Amino acid sequence: MKVGVVVFPGSNCDRDMYHVLTDVFNLDAQYFWHEKSLPKNIDAVILPGGFSYGDRLRAGVIAAHSPIIQDVKKLAEKGVPILGVCNGFQILVESGILPGVLLKNKSLNFMCEWTNLIVENNKTPFTNKFKLRQKIPIPIANGEGRYYADSDILKQLKKKNQIVFRYSQVVNGSSDRIAGVCNEEGNVVGMMPHPERAVESEINPVDNKPSSLIFESLLLKMGVSN
Amino acid sequence: MSLETHELLELKSKIGRNPTSTELQIVAAEWSEHCSYKSSKKHLKMLPMTGPLVINEKGYDSGVLDVGDGYVVTAHIESHNHPSAVEPFGGAATGVGGVIRDILSAGTRPIAIFDGLRFGDIEKDLQARWLFKNAVSGVAAYGNCLGIPTIGGEVEFDNCYQNYALVDVAAIGFGKKKNLIKNHAKKGDLVVLLGGSTGRDGIGGSQFASDSLETEDRSAIQIPDPFIEKLIIEAVLEARNEKLIHAMKDLGGGGLSCAISETADALDVGIKMDVQKVHTRESDMHPDEIMASESQERMLIITDKIKLKKLETICKKFHIECSVIGSVTSDNKMHVKKNEKTFANLPIDVVANATLLDLPSKKPEYLKTIENEKKLKIISDYSKTLMKILSSPNIASKIWVYGQYDHEVGIRTVIKPGGDASVLRLDNGKFLSAKIDGNPKQCYINPREGAIGCFEEACRNVVCTGAKPIGMLDHLQFGNPKDPEIFWTFLESLKGLTDFAKDFEIPCIGGKVSLYNETPAGPIKPTPVIGVLGLIEKKPLVPQKISESDCLVMIGNTKNEMGGSEYFEYVHKFVGGKCPTVNFSESKKNMKSVLEVIDNGLLKSVHDCSKGGLAVAVSELCMKNVIGCKISLEIIPGEKLDIDRLLFSESHSRYLLAFDKKNLKNLESLLKKNKVSFKLIGKFGGNKIQFVNGTKSIIDLRVDKTQKTWLNSLKDLVHS
Repeated sequence: MKVGVVVFPGSNCDRDMYHVLTDVFNLDAQYFWHEKSLPKNIDAVILPGGFSYGDRLRAGVIAAHSPIIQDVKKLAEKGVPILGVCNGFQILVESGILPGVLLKNKSLNFMCEWTNLIVENNKTPFTNKFKLRQKIPIPIANGEGRYYADSDILKQLKKKNQIVFRYSQVVNGSSDRIAGVCNEEGNVVGMMPHPERAVESEINPVDNKPSSLIFESLLLKMGVSN
Repeated sequence: MSLETHELLELKSKIGRNPTSTELQIVAAEWSEHCSYKSSKKHLKMLPMTGPLVINEKGYDSGVLDVGDGYVVTAHIESHNHPSAVEPFGGAATGVGGVIRDILSAGTRPIAIFDGLRFGDIEKDLQARWLFKNAVSGVAAYGNCLGIPTIGGEVEFDNCYQNYALVDVAAIGFGKKKNLIKNHAKKGDLVVLLGGSTGRDGIGGSQFASDSLETEDRSAIQIPDPFIEKLIIEAVLEARNEKLIHAMKDLGGGGLSCAISETADALDVGIKMDVQKVHTRESDMHPDEIMASESQERMLIITDKIKLKKLETICKKFHIECSVIGSVTSDNKMHVKKNEKTFANLPIDVVANATLLDLPSKKPEYLKTIENEKKLKIISDYSKTLMKILSSPNIASKIWVYGQYDHEVGIRTVIKPGGDASVLRLDNGKFLSAKIDGNPKQCYINPREGAIGCFEEACRNVVCTGAKPIGMLDHLQFGNPKDPEIFWTFLESLKGLTDFAKDFEIPCIGGKVSLYNETPAGPIKPTPVIGVLGLIEKKPLVPQKISESDCLVMIGNTKNEMGGSEYFEYVHKFVGGKCPTVNFSESKKNMKSVLEVIDNGLLKSVHDCSKGGLAVAVSELCMKNVIGCKISLEIIPGEKLDIDRLLFSESHSRYLLAFDKKNLKNLESLLKKNKVSFKLIGKFGGNKIQFVNGTKSIIDLRVDKTQKTWLNSLKDLVHS
């Protein structure tokens, strides 16, 4: 099973994600520079965090026009599991693959802290090993992480079960405490918190097992035993 | 802002003619205090710079330590004080950028940032508050964008920094020993300028930084672009992997002038360059401006014709510009042309080696009476006093600061900021602990003992994580060195640091001197900032949750040395008294014992006693663990002292050890064996921070209330 890690100019969590995929979960991961194309037979794609194009104009908006996004779109339509983390989520939103938008945090500051997520949809390829409402201790690190959707979109999201993660408490002022969403089909998931920073006990001060389930869910979906 | 008359005469006599305007620019930059260290260099040699782990190579801007298994750690510290005092966001951001490129120059990947920030009294001074807020934003904006975690630092406020700012940034790099750039060059090699374009920003920045801050010379201030820096880091590391780099230097103070002359000097070659080849932001720049510009995010690389093609391909991938601006010659001259016309042609050794000074020094007058204590007003309610100290800007939690820094990216941060030292995991299974510390209040009262105190405090902090100190960075920040009294304080601090470094066998692996830190209101207090790196071979002590009926042992004697303490300065508004001194043999014994008890797995948590003394250290343990504690003041180790001294003295070499009571016997026998001064001073439990003297209650505070004040007071102040 091959997982692609897309690298944009300014991505800075690509190496962390690659480490987790290969060294922790023994997956076959490969970097893809944003000007390259993605192989049609790839099994999953991850857009890691960072500051693509230095967050100029708006986080993720320039990277959303990178050549590789066309391939990401095609793979998304084919039902390939795709995960966008932090800046990766912002790029998925800016490219229209996921609904909503990410705004500056209510504090107007960059926020780096440990939070708790609640799993709201355990049917996606990245959450199928969770119990519904299961808690995940996980860090956030972003300046533009406040998810916003107007009331019509919010209604749609609820109806189609597209809210994947909520913060257990108000963190940054996001609509309905949303921390992560998926597309209607559920194969594309975007989330602001960083699971790759939470799966190893050595650096997780709380509990690394819940975050690990995000990657174990992908393994389960692909039928790989770990 | 240029050469002094005698320096101009010296230059003329050395080259036997009148210098051109470009030559004057080049020499003024390189002979500035900022670049040449002319006032300090003679004396800095006293510091021990070698050791079993130190790797010394020519032309490095950062220190290199061998951490075993084929890996190295690099480290450096820099400041960006003058620019930050005028434009705090940009000044602090470019401060991060500069020190990161020093780490990159050695061929290592930057893996951590530390920042030391100092401003005036933010409670009263709105400008100080503005400087503070924006400097923090600048560090955050730059470091976060690079994806390099800012994992620690310190923030301090003191009136001596009114209308001024000290922004110190330290960085750590990590890499394989075999990937270190072995700086070398031979005739015919190409000189390449890579990265951002050269513009009209930061012109004369190093001279600006070598004078008192009297004007807001905005053209001397550089403009930051972390995105370009991130691309440079990745491009340079790719080029390093492909072995395309013969030698490398970042462009910092003095821009091309200093990078060219210092590279040629370190490699014992000459360099011929054409300013027409430099990619510039504006088309009509004069050669003088191109040579003096301190535009950021630029690297100078020496390579050869064959490797150039590959280097260009890498730069193209990242869309960063890369210009061949010249070539290496064998005449040991710095030859600057524009097309065929020569603008400068100077012997390298003249440019790169300013005449070093041996400035006069004299013990300052104020020190004669500084140790005299005044009569203090009597404290009737110590609970109130402790609460006041815990909410003071210097003692309150700095979560508002480090919460804006991405301190997790890179997934190495095992011990996060907010405690003593921060700890990173390394690829060889070992751990690196690091901390920076300064204490201008104590250094003002006793420049020598104060500096030693900073050094010991940084050591204590890394020891608390289970690490053995292996290297030190010093950043010496003072006022105008031509004032003999100020220069005396510089020399005293340096001598103190040297003594400690030699005695403890901790080599100085790098540092920086920043002088002329003055405003029209006067000089800053002596502000040496010391960074200490520690190595943990097995496992760090990650603080475990302290629970009901765990015990608290205190190691080290509390003494009547209150000068420079938060208690004197913040509560009583009194500057003076005797400042704490370090007893080297006790200090060593205590450090060794703490490491031994950690190694034996006897502890849940260790915390050192420093600013705010025992009362603050105990409160911090309680607030972090949300548990109460009862301390008996009559059994604190040391001589018999008044209550306020016991609570708030900032004596060094003291540690608080929290542990499960079942380990008490083992702990006591180990400490007794090591002949350490220690006492079981308290027990954890309940929800109150309590200090008693015999049966008399001295302090009684609820942990939750105290914690709320401590966590929020800095944020509330900034937003008020």
